[in-house]
Amino acid sequence: MNNDPIILAFCCHYCAYAAADLAGSMRLQYPSNVRVLRLPCTGKLEVNYLLAAFERGVDGVIVAGCLEGGCHFLEGNLRARRRTERARELLAEIGIEPERLEMFNLSSAEGSRFAEIVTLMSERLQRLGPSPLRKGRESVHEAVEQMSAEAEAALAGDER
Amino acid sequence: MIVADRKSVGEIRDMVQEHRRVLLVGCGTCVTVCLAGGEREVGILGSALRMALKLARRGNVTVDECTIERQCEDAFIDALAPRVGEYDAICSLGCGAGVQALAERFPKKAVYPGLNTQFIGILESQGVWTEKCAGCGNCRLGEFSGICPLTRCAKRLLNGPCGGSQDGKCEVNADLPCGWQMIYDRARELGNLDTLYHIAAPHDWSTSHDGGPRKVVREDQCIAGLGPRA
Repeated sequence: MNNDPIILAFCCHYCAYAAADLAGSMRLQYPSNVRVLRLPCTGKLEVNYLLAAFERGVDGVIVAGCLEGGCHFLEGNLRARRRTERARELLAEIGIEPERLEMFNLSSAEGSRFAEIVTLMSERLQRLGPSPLRKGRESVHEAVEQMSAEAEAALAGDER
Repeated sequence: MIVADRKSVGEIRDMVQEHRRVLLVGCGTCVTVCLAGGEREVGILGSALRMALKLARRGNVTVDECTIERQCEDAFIDALAPRVGEYDAICSLGCGAGVQALAERFPKKAVYPGLNTQFIGILESQGVWTEKCAGCGNCRLGEFSGICPLTRCAKRLLNGPCGGSQDGKCEVNADLPCGWQMIYDRARELGNLDTLYHIAAPHDWSTSHDGGPRKVVREDQCIAGLGPRA
């Protein structure tokens, strides 16, 4: 639908990305307006990645990392939580609802939780309405595709 | 190092919003180390400022970013100079010296501070910086076992402690260690307690903020014949 919020999900390769995969294998229904962007770990996330997403007009951002204590790189998810908090403070300072950004923790076995998270954020963003920075849906989709392609290219480089 | 923190996005937006093209300039030295004005912080502020300007219906203002190695030395500003012509204002994420160095180098450009310069200090723990030096121009750390009473004592007492020192804490703030307790403890460790019998003379503040900006001149390093003005 044209009124659906555009959501970008920064997902850790070891948990949320696999959980999203599992949600698909389980044929679970969740809103299709989320674009999953794979990170090697949420510890890779920087505050300016989050701000860049909002600057390009996305309506909301999900950060999804491993359960606390379960990070493949020990504390990447804990760092991501602090960076997400800082980005939320900055959003409030700028004048954008900080609720548009939230971090969740889940394991790779929680396909249904992934579906729940996306549904929750989608409903929340429906209530908040479109981002005041969004111009046209097409330009946002293009920007999201570009960010996703850049992340995948960086990841491919890391894996080589 | 010089420690600073960022001004609010709203304050920076209000300073620059009447311009059309603004260049955010970071500094790769002290303010990078204290996480206030390095390349990463410039990127974050750039993004935040563009969003804040759009929301204030000033989306026509272009905000670009760059970071140079050191703003407080003219030779390093050379790297920035070719780009500056494209902008009508600069917002510096350097310390106060950096902002003024840019203002001197580019007399026809508006230059704004993006940071509040705080003090000369050190990293106390991850993410925490503490003031250690007031830059008074007349260092007496040798008299006080290496701990400066002018910065570490809330009352700047040279003959302390005062009656407000309790259990090693200052009466001004229960989280603040008493500077004079620290001086005493360190003097005891060093076996120098007798130095505390001496009455410290009043501080000579004429070497501090007095008579305009201070200057340090090394004649042997000045270019021959041109003197300190070279």
